[in-house]
Amino acid sequence: MKGSQAIIKSLTDEGVDVVFGYPGGVLLPLYDVIYDSDLKHILVRHEQCAAHAADGYARASGKVGVCIGTSGPGATNLVTGIATAYMDSAPIVALAGQVGTSLIGNDAFQEVDTIGMTMPISKHSYQAMEPSEIPQMIRSSFYIARTGRPGPVVVDLPKDVQEGELDYPENITIDLPGYKPTKKGHPMQVKKAAELILTSKKPVILAGGGVIHSNSSDELQHLSEIIGAPVTTSLMGKGCFPEDHPLSLGMLGMHGRMSSNMMVDECDCLIAVGCRFSDRTTGDVNKFAPNAKIIHIDVDPAEIGKNITVNVPIVGDAKIILSHLIRIISQTKSVNNHDWADYVKSFRTSCMPRLSFDDIPLKPQQVIKEISEAVTDDTIVTTDVGQNQMWMAHYFTSRNPRKFISSGGLGTMGFGFPSAMGAKVAMPDNDVVAVCGDGGFLMVCQDLATVKEYDIPVVVCVLDNRYLGMVFQWQKLFYDERISQTKLKAMPDFVKLAEAFGVNAYRVERPGEMKETLKDALNSGEPTLIDVMIDPNEILPMVPPGCGLTEIVGEYKVERENPGEITYQHSAKETGGD
Amino acid sequence: MDKQRSHIISAIVMHRPGVLQRVAGLFTRRGFNIDSITVGPSEQDGLARMTIISRGDEKVLEQITKQLNKIIEVVKVRDLDPEGTVIRELCLIKTHATSERSRSEIIQYANIFRGRIVDAGPENLTLEITGTPEKIDALIDLLRGFGIKEISRTGPTAISRGSKTI
Repeated sequence: MKGSQAIIKSLTDEGVDVVFGYPGGVLLPLYDVIYDSDLKHILVRHEQCAAHAADGYARASGKVGVCIGTSGPGATNLVTGIATAYMDSAPIVALAGQVGTSLIGNDAFQEVDTIGMTMPISKHSYQAMEPSEIPQMIRSSFYIARTGRPGPVVVDLPKDVQEGELDYPENITIDLPGYKPTKKGHPMQVKKAAELILTSKKPVILAGGGVIHSNSSDELQHLSEIIGAPVTTSLMGKGCFPEDHPLSLGMLGMHGRMSSNMMVDECDCLIAVGCRFSDRTTGDVNKFAPNAKIIHIDVDPAEIGKNITVNVPIVGDAKIILSHLIRIISQTKSVNNHDWADYVKSFRTSCMPRLSFDDIPLKPQQVIKEISEAVTDDTIVTTDVGQNQMWMAHYFTSRNPRKFISSGGLGTMGFGFPSAMGAKVAMPDNDVVAVCGDGGFLMVCQDLATVKEYDIPVVVCVLDNRYLGMVFQWQKLFYDERISQTKLKAMPDFVKLAEAFGVNAYRVERPGEMKETLKDALNSGEPTLIDVMIDPNEILPMVPPGCGLTEIVGEYKVERENPGEITYQHSAKETGGD
Repeated sequence: MDKQRSHIISAIVMHRPGVLQRVAGLFTRRGFNIDSITVGPSEQDGLARMTIISRGDEKVLEQITKQLNKIIEVVKVRDLDPEGTVIRELCLIKTHATSERSRSEIIQYANIFRGRIVDAGPENLTLEITGTPEKIDALIDLLRGFGIKEISRTGPTAISRGSKTI
C-alpha cells in the first residue's frame, strides 16, 4: 500500500467520513487517492475556512474534525484555524502537505517549517519521515486530539512519504508514555470540595467549555439544583446550562450579564468547572470573587493556579468528578440554600437585559430577540468575533450544549461563517445560523461558493453597521472618540454579493422582519444570507480592562416590565444575601 | 511575592528530533526564565534526560513543571531538591600562557581545582574542569588575569543522591 492510501485508510478507520481541504502540488498523491475514495471531501475556497470548518464540525458533534492544506501557503493559511482550535480546546487533526524529505531545509518551492510554526499552537504535531510511520501517527493524532483536554494535532506529510510503500499493520498500538490524562479526581480533594460546598451559604457555579467537552451538562444541572447554586458560564460554557432556568445567571465577564458579575462578586463559594479563568472572564483578578473560596475542577493540571489562586483544586474529567460530588452531597441532607437561591432568582429577574426596541435602524438587541424567536432548541448558532459575538453571548438564550459555537480564546474574525459550515456538515438535521459582523464576514465571504457547491444550507446573518464595532466602541469609550480606521467606508452590497455566488439573500431593516426572514430562510433548506442593517451607535455595557467585574460602564438597559431602575453599582450589596 | 530561587528541573523526554525545540519554545513563549539546558541519552533506550536550570518563585516553578508535563514527548518532570542532588558541569578554558611563570601558575591552579591540562601550545594552555558551577566560576575568575581566549561550558547536569530516581 502507498503512504497516501494508508492516510485515507487510517482516517476511515478513525470513523472520519468528511474532510475539509484544498489541494496543492505536494498533495497530488493524496488527492489522487481521494479521487476514488468514499471519503467525502469538501473543497473550501481558502484553507483558513477548512480549519474553521473542521473546528465547527468538532464542536457541534464532539467528533474530531479534519482539515487538509498543502505545504507552504496552504499550511500558513491553516495556522489561524489551528490556533483558534487550540485556544478553545477543539479536537481537530490538520493534515499538511510537505515538500519531499530530500528537499526539506533547502527552502524548496512552497516549503515552510510547518512543525516549527505550529508547535506553540497545537496540542501535538508529527512529521512523517517514512511511509511506515503513517498508521500509528494518525491513530495517535486522533487519540491525542480527542482525549484529556482536547486540542488540534498537526500531521506533516512530505510528498515522497505519501508516494512510498508500506505494509499496513493489522494491529496499531498507541505508545505515548508521556501522555496519560487524569480522569478520576483525587477522592480526598473531592471530599474537601463537598465539605466546602456544604458549609457555604452562597455558592455559585462557574461552568466553562470543559463541561461541554466532557458532556456533563446533566450532572452540572443536577448539582446546581441540589445545592441551590446559580450557574454562570464563560463564553465557551454558554449552553451547557439552560439559560432560561431560574438559576441561570448568563455569561460572566467583561461583557457578562449584570446578574453574573454581581453574584460572583457576592458568592462565598465558587465552583469552577472546566474553565480557565481567562482575563475576559475574571476582570481584575485581585477583585475577582473577593468573598469566595474557590473550587477548581479541570482536566488540565496546568490550568489550576495559573490565573487564579484556588482553595480546592481537583484534576480530572468533569463528568466523573461532578457525579462523585453529587453522590457525596446527596448523602447529606443538610443542604439548605433556599434563601440564597430565592434572592438570586429575584435579583436575576430585576436585571434582565432589555431586548425589545422598535427603533430604526435596528437595535442589535431587537435583532437577537427575533433570532431567538425564530430558532429552536436544536438550532446551532455560531458567531463571529466582536460586537456581534458579545451581543449574542449577552442577549441570546442558549439552552443546550454544543449549540453555541464561538471563537473565545483567540477571538478570530472570520470564524462564524466557516464554523457554521462545518457544524452543518456534522449535524445535517439541525438548523445552523451564523451571526457575523460585516467586517468578519467579508474576510471569509469567498466560501459562499462552498456552501453553494455542496448545498450546505446555513443561514448567515450579517449584522451590518459598516464599522469594526468592537474597536469602534473602545475608541468611543476610551480613546476620546478618535475613530481610527474602524469605519468601513466602502463595503459591498451583501445581498448582491451573495447573489453573485448564487446564494439567496435578503435585507432586513425594520423590527419584525428578522424573525420572519430567518424562519423562511431556515425553511427554504438552502444557504441564505441575511443582511441586517443595525445601529452602529449601540454600545454594549462592559467592564473596562483592568477593572473588577462589578465596575460596569455603559447604560445597562433592563427589561421595561421590571419595576424600578437598577443602579448596578450597589444593588447587590444593598439588597443583602441572607 | 515568594522569593525567587534557582531550580534544577530534571526531565525524562522521548529522544526524538524536535523535543528540545518544544521545551525551549515553551520557556520563551510563557516567559519563563532559562539559565541553561543540557540533554543527553538516559539509562533507557529511546529516552533522554534534560537538566534545566531556571529561576523563579514557587508559583512560576509549578507552572513550568505543569507546562512541561503537558508536552506529549515529556515523560517525567521533577524539581530536584538542591540539597539532595549532585550537580556537575564540565568546562573547557583556553588561556594565554606565554611565559614560563604563567604556565606553571596555571598548572598549579588546575591542580588545586582538580582540573587537567588537556591541550597546550606555545602561546596557550587548555584546561578541563568539572564541578559545581560555583567552583568553575571561581577558577575562571582566577584565570582572568592571564587572559582567557575561549570558554566552553556545558551547563549543569544533575542527578539525585541515594537510591531515589525521578
